[in-house]
Formats: sequence, C-alpha cells, structure tokens
Amino acid sequence: MNNQPSTPIAPPAPRTSALWLKFLGSMNLAITLLVALSVAAIIGTVLQQNQPYTDYIIKFGPFWFDVFNQIGLYDVYSSSWFLFILFFLVLSTSTCIYRNAPNMLREMREYRQNIQLKTLENYLNTHSWVLLQSVEDIQHVVQKILPHNGYSARLKEGDGYVLISGMKGGASRLGYILTHVAIVLICIGGLIDGNAILKAREMLGQVVPETRNIAASDVPQISRLGFNNQSFRGSVSIPEGRQTDVLFLNYKDGYLVQELPFSVEVKDFRIEHYESGQPKSFESDLVVYDERLSVPIEETISVNHPLIYDGYSIYQASFSDGGSELDMLAWPLAGANKLPQKVKTKVGDEFQMNVLNEPWVLEASNFRLFNINPSDNPEKKFENAGPSVQFKMRNKMGEAKEFLNYMVPVERDGAYYYLSGVRGSPAEEFRYLYVPVDDKGGIDRFMAYLHALGDEELLQRIATEQNFIGATLPTKNTAQLNEAMIRLVGLFVKNGMDGVIEQVEKNAPAEKLDEVSKLYVRVLQQMLGAVYVDVLIKEGVDVSLGVDETKAEFFDAASAAIGAMGRYGSPVYFQLSSFVHHQASGLQIAKAPGKNLVYPGCAMLILGVFLMFYAPQQRLWAWLEQADEGVKFVLAGHAIRNKLDFSKQFKQIQAQFERVLNG
Amino acid sequence: MNSTHAALQHELDQQSFWKGLSLFDWVWAIIVLLGTGYAYASYSSLMDGYEKGILVSTGVSLVVLGWNWKGIRVLSLAVFLLSIFGVSRYVNGLADAEVDFFLRFLVSSQSAIMWMSALYVLATVTYFIAFFARSEYSGKVASAMTWSATTMGLVGLMVRWRESYLIGLDVGHIPVSNLYEVFILFSIITALLYLFYERRYQTRMLGGFVLLVISAAVAFLLWYAFDRDAADIQPLVPALQSYWMKIHVPANFVGYGAFALAAMVAMAYLVRANAEQKQSNGIAMTLPTLDILDDLMYKSIALGFAFFTLATILGALWAAEAWGGYWSWDPKETWALIVWLNYAAWLHMRLTKGWRGKPMAIWAIVGLFITLFAFLGVNMFLSGLHSYGEL
Ligand code: HEM
Repeated sequence: MNNQPSTPIAPPAPRTSALWLKFLGSMNLAITLLVALSVAAIIGTVLQQNQPYTDYIIKFGPFWFDVFNQIGLYDVYSSSWFLFILFFLVLSTSTCIYRNAPNMLREMREYRQNIQLKTLENYLNTHSWVLLQSVEDIQHVVQKILPHNGYSARLKEGDGYVLISGMKGGASRLGYILTHVAIVLICIGGLIDGNAILKAREMLGQVVPETRNIAASDVPQISRLGFNNQSFRGSVSIPEGRQTDVLFLNYKDGYLVQELPFSVEVKDFRIEHYESGQPKSFESDLVVYDERLSVPIEETISVNHPLIYDGYSIYQASFSDGGSELDMLAWPLAGANKLPQKVKTKVGDEFQMNVLNEPWVLEASNFRLFNINPSDNPEKKFENAGPSVQFKMRNKMGEAKEFLNYMVPVERDGAYYYLSGVRGSPAEEFRYLYVPVDDKGGIDRFMAYLHALGDEELLQRIATEQNFIGATLPTKNTAQLNEAMIRLVGLFVKNGMDGVIEQVEKNAPAEKLDEVSKLYVRVLQQMLGAVYVDVLIKEGVDVSLGVDETKAEFFDAASAAIGAMGRYGSPVYFQLSSFVHHQASGLQIAKAPGKNLVYPGCAMLILGVFLMFYAPQQRLWAWLEQADEGVKFVLAGHAIRNKLDFSKQFKQIQAQFERVLNG
Repeated sequence: MNSTHAALQHELDQQSFWKGLSLFDWVWAIIVLLGTGYAYASYSSLMDGYEKGILVSTGVSLVVLGWNWKGIRVLSLAVFLLSIFGVSRYVNGLADAEVDFFLRFLVSSQSAIMWMSALYVLATVTYFIAFFARSEYSGKVASAMTWSATTMGLVGLMVRWRESYLIGLDVGHIPVSNLYEVFILFSIITALLYLFYERRYQTRMLGGFVLLVISAAVAFLLWYAFDRDAADIQPLVPALQSYWMKIHVPANFVGYGAFALAAMVAMAYLVRANAEQKQSNGIAMTLPTLDILDDLMYKSIALGFAFFTLATILGALWAAEAWGGYWSWDPKETWALIVWLNYAAWLHMRLTKGWRGKPMAIWAIVGLFITLFAFLGVNMFLSGLHSYGEL
C-alpha cells in the first residue's frame, strides 16, 4: 500500500470569466434586475417627470430640489442609473441565452434515445405490460398511436430491445429563445430611441440646452442638433400658412433645436366637433418641401393618422393659437372717465398702454373660439360658452395677474353676465367676476354706474340730496356726514364690503361693533341705490314708479361685482369686440430607428410567450423487449411543465394501448 | 394478430378529431358559419378589410370554441337572440328605452347591465351557500346564475354598441372605450375564465372566491354609474378613434381577468393550506387539492401573462400612431410594464427556481393589487396621456 500522504487537490480555481458568466446568467440577478426596474419605474410615475424646474423647486425647496436633480429623479427614464439597470438586463439576458440556447436547440431535436429502462420505470408516468403479440406488431401499433397523439417518433434497435422515442412541443424551447432574444432586441432598440446618446453628447460638452425664450434662428450652434442626430422626438407649433424646418426638443430645464432636412408647412388646421360640442377630430393639411422632391408632398394628417416621410413620422399632437388678431375695448375701472380705449393686439404680442398715468403691459396669451364646458343644464352635458381671450396685465413692477375674459355673456340663474376670470399664478384656478348685462345687452350701464361711484362731484350732490334721516353716524354736521358718505363709497369701490367692515372695526368701539356695521351697510346701500337711480335717469329710464325687478336685480349684481373689484387686479376691464382667428397646429416629429429592432422583437416576444406556455414539451418512450412469458412493453412519459395535464394525457394514451393490445 | 390490427384501426378511427365530432357539433358549426356568411353578405360593403377579417375570424373561433366548450354555444345563442331582440325594440330612437316594456325592464343596455350586476352578486352568495352547506344543488344554481349574468352582461354591451349609433352615426363605437364599459368587460371575462375552469376541474368550490372579485367590480360599477353618471355614452375623443383600441382593450382585460382569477385561486390555496396545516377536517378541505389549485394558479397567470404581453405590445403600436412614440413612459404604460415585470418574475421563480406553495400564492394576491393599481389607481392618482376613464 502506499503510505504517502496524499497531496490534497484543490478544485481548479474557476477562471474569472467563468465566474462573471455565472453571475451574469444567474436567475437571482435576473429577478433582482426585474424588481429593480419595477421600483425605478414606480418612482418615475409617482413623481411627475420633466416638469419645469421651478415647479420642483416650489415643491421640494432648494436643498432637496438639488439632491433630487443630482440623482436624476426628474427624468428617471434617461438617468444614468436607470440606463445602467437596463444595460445589465440586456447583458444578463444575453448571457442567459448564450448559456442556455445551445442546450435548448439540441434538446429540441433530440429524442433521448439513450435512455435506460430503469429511468423509464422510475418516471411518474409509466406502465408496463407483458404481451403475447410479436415485437413487430407492437412496434407497429406504437408507431401508429404516437403520431396519432401528436408525437413524432424515432426508432432505435438496441441490444435485445427496441426503443421508440416520441416527442411533442419541441417548439416551446424555441419559445424560450424567442422570448429572451426579444427582450434583448427591445431593450437595445429602446436604448437607441431613448436619449442615451444625446445625454452622452451633453456630458462630453458637445450640446448645451438653451434656456432663454428666444427665436429658433437665434439659438446658438451648441444648442442645435443636425441631421446626423438619428433619433429624437420633438414638437413645434406652426401657425396656419407658415412653415418650419426645425423642431424643439425639451431637454432638462431648457430645450434643443433639431434641424430637419425638409420643411413642413401647415396650410390649414381644423377642429371638428360632435353635436354635443366635444372635439371629434383635429386635422392639419400639410405640405412637405424637400429639394429631393420634384413635387412637394401634400397630405392631411390627424390624430392616429400620421404622415411618414423619409423615416420621419409627423404627428398631429396639439393645437394652439397662431396669433389671432384681437380688437378690445379697455374700460377703465377707476375714476370718472367713461370712454373705453380701443386696443388692437395679437395673441403672443405685448401691448404697452397707459392707464391712470401708470404704464401697463397687456400680454395676450391665448384666444379660444369655443369653450365647451360642463353644463349645469341636466339635459345637456356640455355647453359652448363662446370665444374667450386669455391675457396678463403686467404693472411697472413687473408683477402680473392672469385673466380669462369671455366675449359673449353667459347665463346664470336666468340672468346674463360677462365673465372675467382672474388668478395670481397658473397653479391657481380662475376666480370669476360676474359683470351683469344691461337691458340693451351691453356693458354700458354697468360702466356708467361704476364711473358714477368714482365721480366725487356727483356723489357730493347725491349725498346732499339724500335725506339720511335716522342716520346716527358718529358725525356732527352735514358736511362731515357727506364727506363720510363719499369716503364710504370710495372704500367700497376700492376694497369691497370687506373694506367697509374693516373700517368700522378700526373706528367703532367694540361693544357697538355690530350695530355700527349694520348701520354703515344700510347707509351704503342707500347711497349706492341713489347713485344707481341717478344713472338710470341719465339713461332715460322712467323711475317715477320705482325700479322694476330686472333693474333691481341688476343693481344687486352690479354692486356685488363692484364689491369684488378690489381684488380684481387690473385697472381696466377688457371687452373683446372682434377678432380674426388664426390657429397653429402642434406637430410632433419623431425619428426612431430603434423601431426596426423593437417591432420584430415584439413579434418574437408574442410568438415566444405563446409557444412557451402553450406548446409544452412532452416525451413518450416505448420500450419493447423479449421476455420469457412474452414481450415486455414499457410505456413511459415525461414533461417538464403542466405535469397534471400530462398525467391525464398519459392515462388516455395508456388506455388506448390497453384497448388495442389487450382489448 | 389480425385482431390487433383491427383494434388499432378501430382505435385510430374512433379517436380521429373529425370523427369525434357529434351531430350537435356539426349543427353548431353550420349555424355559426351561416350566421357569419349572412352578416358578411349583407354588410361587407360597409366594412373595410380589417373588419371583414375580424368578422371571419370571430366566426371561426366561435365554432372551435363551441366544439371544445359546449357551454359557449348556449351562451352565444342566448346573447345573439337577446341582443337582436333588444336592438329590434329600438324603433324611434333612444327614447324607446323609457317607453318600451322589454327595453325598460330587460334588454336596454342599462337594464341588461343591472340584471348582470344583480345576478353576479346573487351567484356569489349562492356559491358561498353551496360551499358552506356543501350543497351540490346550490352550486348548480350558482353556476346557472353566473352563466345568466354573463349572458346579460354581453347583451348589455351589444345593445349599448347599437345605442351608441342611435345617438349619432359619428358617435357610435364599440363599447370598450371608458372605465364603465371596461368594468363590465372585466366582470364578463373573469366569469368566463372561471366557468371554463369550473368545468375543466369539475369543482364549484372556487366559485365564491372568484365571484367575490366580480362582485367587487360590480359594486364599483354601480357606484360609478350612479354617483358619477358614468353610464352615459360619450363620443370618442380623437385619440381613441383607432383600430388598435378595439383589440388592445379586450386583450388587456383577458390579462386582468386571468390575474384576478389567479389571485382568488391563491386565496383558496391559502385557506386550504392553513386547514391542512391544522389537520382540520372542515369545509376548507372540500376545496380542490393544493396541487390542483397550484396548477390552476399557474395556468391563469400564464394565460394572463401571454395576453398582457400581447395587449402591452398592441398598446405600444397604438401609442406609436397616436402619440408619436411607441413608448413614452406615461404612467399607465409604465404601470403596465410594472405589472408585466412582476408576473415575469413570478413565472421565473416558479419555473426556474421551482418555487411553489404559500409564497407564490401570496405573491399572486399581491400581484392583483399591483394590477389593480395599474387598472384603477393610475387613473385616480397619476396624470398622463391616457385620456379615458378619469374618475
Ligand atoms: C434577465 C435575464 C433573464 C434570464 C437570466 C432568464 C432566464 C430564464 C430561464 C433560465 C428560464 C427557464 C427556461 C426553461 O427552463 O424553460 C426562463 C423562463 C422564462 N423567462 Fe426568462 N430570463 C431573463 C429575463 C427574462 C425577462 C426580462 C423576461 C420577460 C418577461 C423573461 C421571461 C421568461 C418567461 C415568461 C419564462 C417562462 C419559461 C417557461 O414557461 O418555460 N425572462 N428565463
């Protein structure tokens, strides 16, 4: 015997590449990646992506804004870590295919003809007979029954036995390969069409997004992308009758200008409506001009029906105003000046104006021909409130409020009003001022009333005429009393009823507060009424028999509107008198060469998944050998998936044999 | 020797697929094909290639489906007759729904859907009675109710389809365009999937569990209809006017339905697994064995996954036409991806790591919540490009 101490043999150290392969191809990594991808995706849906940076700053404060910005939370799907996960998924899936596919391909074609009798007898699905027929006869039966059940069969004559191996559903292995190759193709295609390349160029300093609001032609070269940029998706708004050969890509907190090798003209943009008023279709008549074309292409696109030209797809994405011409009357809201100023402007333009010796800028930002709003009327779901104009009024400090004025009066509870919405920032809802319409359907009486309230002389006269009997205002003589009346009206016009109450709270002793404020309100009402009646008389209305109900309602509504005027924020009321509507069509133009990988990938994925699930691989073997009492026939079957179903099927096949051979 | 040959011949003959078809199978095929042929002959001038393709393949699939699943025949015939009846009662326009007795109480889409709702809820209760009382008879009644509810649901959708055209020719569209309509679709598909497996596994014990989801869907549907007036037929916004919608949405709901079924089976699995652990002999043991439940859970997730894959890809193709890109990371899309990844991980765990039992059952239930969020939560909490079905 050898007494030599045996040298312990360490297992050969696996090479690092093999380790890597094992790691990358491991199921644990795959599942980790799938889960990581889901979590990342969730983050991207919970936090709204690609919003203006200011919105995020407001939401998170400067510190967290910066932290989140650093880790790319505002554009998760093109952040480096997200791309990193995707990249690993591609790598891991590829490795998995590399490791498994050869086996699977082999297995697809292999009939496992080297299997041992023992193995067959140990399978879950197995049955053996001893039969009196000849081997040939049984063999014949097997070779008929197996194909009859969908199995293709191979015969092997071994040493003293015959083995027929059957197989069905080999394609499920193909399904595996198709599915996983598809994942790789789709991810690669997606990466090409995503903005990974652009991001790389930005990191290398080759592109810098433009953040200023300037004309496309003024955007410097560093923020422009040439024809060599192979994949992008950008948008542009083109007024009717105009054309463009650039696009804008939103990028981080700015944009990039993408140049196109052709130009697109929007000849006409149309919106059609259903009878109910909801939009039915958005269409643009386009003309594509390209030096390479002998005749320009004319085509109409609409939502869901893009134009594909030269690898570029042109979609109907949105619409906006294309610089509608607006004629407006600017009614001053303070002082006694009755005449409105005529203003001519265009959507998108700035209009300098002087109101009460202060400079203001009117910035018309949108015009809408239709306003389809939910209806209060239960019969109809929607109502068209007619044209509206949206604008800002900017004061000399640069502060602005935004307004939304409707051109035609709208009905509310039987009376008609001019509506004007106002808000301090785009984040707020509009709050509406309801200006009542007079008997002639105009705004004149309201303005006359408002201006009368700003006319000190008139107020003086009316205050003197009025006999405020029983008015126990805390003043001594009539002059002072009148003075107080006029101040009260001024206060009301300026700050509304709230301003009046505030004044009372400041001046009156606490224990008399209630009483005094009631008094003020009553006196104010009386004064306002007197002014209103004066306005009516001037208009030529006969008030000798009192004021009729409509006029009384008008008074209430007008006073309420004036009471709210203090918070209105514009020195003038703009009444839209006429317009010429110009629309702009919002196009999206995209180039996505990765499609050529993604679409075939999708087809493979569908095919692969159905094959994998619905063509499960199943095998049957029939082993025949001569024994003493007759022929020993062992039938065995094996399946990796759907074992329950397979057992049932096996029983049926077994029964078929039983009937044929023992029947 | 010869006897073996004869027996073989006999066996092969008997088992041949075509010869295995009964007279009823042939009658079924002839009825469906005649119907399809009639529809084709009468209306093909109004249809484009796509619609003709759908008509013909619907006819053929219905024949094959009916051969493999007899219940479908009765269902189709009942739906067909009732729908035709419903449609024919509309003579003077939509207002007939208020006047005509049959429309008002049976076959206008609103009434049919109310019947569906009531029957599903009753079926749920009856299935549970069958379960707790171990009453086979109640089980049969519950099945019949589920079939009837499904019939009424389908009739409701069919008649609604017609009603949409009565509002206006340009308004008419297939009723799979808003949350209200797809909830009906969801209930119907889930019920059909369940009924298929009920017959396949010869057990009614799972009915209560599965119908529980459907009842929940019905409760939501009723709330949505009454509280939000969601039952009104609305014209399609431009983005929804697409062929893709017609296949994307139903494919999606086969997916959702199958995932819901899987989760409810998983619940039954947990109930039975607990009972086995405690070695109880209670009612829980009348549930199918764990093996069968596990298998059923796998099958419905596989089915759901396959259809969900299809639906997501169809959605991407649609997005490419409507939004200018096949993938925009819109919240709905993204959540579809999350659902898909989740079930992909589930399938991997089961198939490659061989995970079975309770953890997989719990995961399947969690999966339903993820699916639910993708289906409802996104519309409620996240904003995006998917314009239909705002709550
Ligand atoms: C990331 C790397 C991946 C690896 C390493 C991987 C690996 C595998 C393996 C080894 C199998 C089992 C094949 C068999 O024995 O039948 C499998 C099956 C499967 N894989 Fe993957 N996979 C990966 C990614 C994916 C992804 C992203 C999906 C997409 C959802 C996917 C979908 C499937 C499905 C559905 C099956 C079921 C197979 C069956 O029924 O036989 N795989 N995968």
